[in-house]
Amino acid sequence: MGTLNQLVIGASIGAVLLLASLGLTFTFGQMGVINMAHGEFIMAGAYTAYVLQPLVGEQAVLVALPVAFAVGGVLGLILERLFIRRFYGRPLDTLLLTWGISLILQQVARDVFGAPNVQVTAPGWLTGGIDVGVRIPYNRVFILVLAVGCVAAISLYLSKLRQGRRMRAVMQNRQLAAVSGVATGRVDQATFFIGSGLAGVAGVALTLIGPVGPTLGSGYIVDAFLVVVAGGLGQLRGAVIAAFALGVLNSFVEFWTANGASFAKVVVFAVIIAFLQFRPQGMFVLRSRALT
Amino acid sequence: MLEVRDLQVSYGRAQVLFGVSLTAPAGSLVCLMGRNGVGKTTLLKAIMGVLPARSGTVGFDGRELTRLKVHERVRLGLGYVPQGHETFPQLTVAENLQVARETAGNRRAGVVDEAFDLFPALRGLLKRRAGFLSGGQQQQLAIARALVTEPRMLLLDEPTEGIQPSIVREIEEAIRQLHAAGLTILLVEQYLELALRLADRFVILDAGEVVRAGPAGELGDESVRRLLAV
Repeated sequence: MGTLNQLVIGASIGAVLLLASLGLTFTFGQMGVINMAHGEFIMAGAYTAYVLQPLVGEQAVLVALPVAFAVGGVLGLILERLFIRRFYGRPLDTLLLTWGISLILQQVARDVFGAPNVQVTAPGWLTGGIDVGVRIPYNRVFILVLAVGCVAAISLYLSKLRQGRRMRAVMQNRQLAAVSGVATGRVDQATFFIGSGLAGVAGVALTLIGPVGPTLGSGYIVDAFLVVVAGGLGQLRGAVIAAFALGVLNSFVEFWTANGASFAKVVVFAVIIAFLQFRPQGMFVLRSRALT
Repeated sequence: MLEVRDLQVSYGRAQVLFGVSLTAPAGSLVCLMGRNGVGKTTLLKAIMGVLPARSGTVGFDGRELTRLKVHERVRLGLGYVPQGHETFPQLTVAENLQVARETAGNRRAGVVDEAFDLFPALRGLLKRRAGFLSGGQQQQLAIARALVTEPRMLLLDEPTEGIQPSIVREIEEAIRQLHAAGLTILLVEQYLELALRLADRFVILDAGEVVRAGPAGELGDESVRRLLAV
């Protein structure tokens, strides 16, 4: 009973982690860009749902999913075109730059929406839950389904579509892609759009499990990077496994120890550090030019 | 067809090419030779736009390419096979070709089949990941990948280096057939014998400058051999 309960909670934490880090498997994993503002794209997605609420009504969350994808994507595209493009191959400068931008975006959110948290009301059909020995709230099920759906959509995109194929080609050998006639700059833009758009989707999901505030995203950014690094850069299945592993680990440590949440964090960090000592390249490897 | 004028290229402060000029008439096979580190690969990269030119021009078919991006040059008809049998290692053989094929502007039917006719071994490997092929197979794939972009001129950077002898012969035969079919080729090659068998003309680089150029017949000269001796 206790174990099952912790597994369910773990899977649910894992799904949230996965959603938050999926976009990073594109921008960080594939392109090697350390985008600290990714968390603020998550925040922008959450506020998108909040803004749509009075306009759309009860089903705001559903409508917000595609809209937030576009909002996040456009923000990412602007960031790439205006700034990051000029800093390719300079990871430390990129880190500082995007960290600064993330602070600016947080302040913008504070100015526009106010510092106090706001609430997005979940649609009626998401209240309640199913009983499978333990009670799983519908909003958690929804997030899990959304995460799985996003993973499926991404892997279809990467394997079946021409643009996805190009994206993989650019990641594996940028110069060879260029001399094969691929407009690599265009592919970078698409990659950034999708990666940032997924952050927006993650933001909408987060409105279902908590309040929305200007610092919503910054709470997830470190964990999201951890998932991508532990899973292996740019590796979708690595990110999936890492997210759920970390989620489950987190929930069990919280359950077993007196001082729950913060101790769980310590254990998760320690496990990842130890893991990366043995496998610095993460679970799955793909030689990636970007960070070498 | 290709006209390089006074090209200067440097990596940061280290200048590698000091005013290289070279022409390759349409349909010719020009062999670019010279010892290690004299700038042969750098010259090919600069022609493709992978490296920027500090000064000088690259003309192709009467058009000036010097300011164009790499992929734009590919679409105008320049094909390039980099040194060291490069592929997209995690993509299958079929996907490797597909990525290049899909960028070709005006797709003529049968191009992929022609590439397979040159390298029949690739047909049986379509579903394999390129990274798991042998070096020789990867090089054949690399050449096929360049061919499916439908180039009118092909730049080959040491296509036989470090490749098993049986496949070297297949690659040599493929280059001969492409040349016979009218493709203009600029070939970087270290082996004099191979150059003698394939080339119409040759250009020898030394320390970033052209030190000798002429028809392939002169490759046998003692003075030419001395320039290539290590």
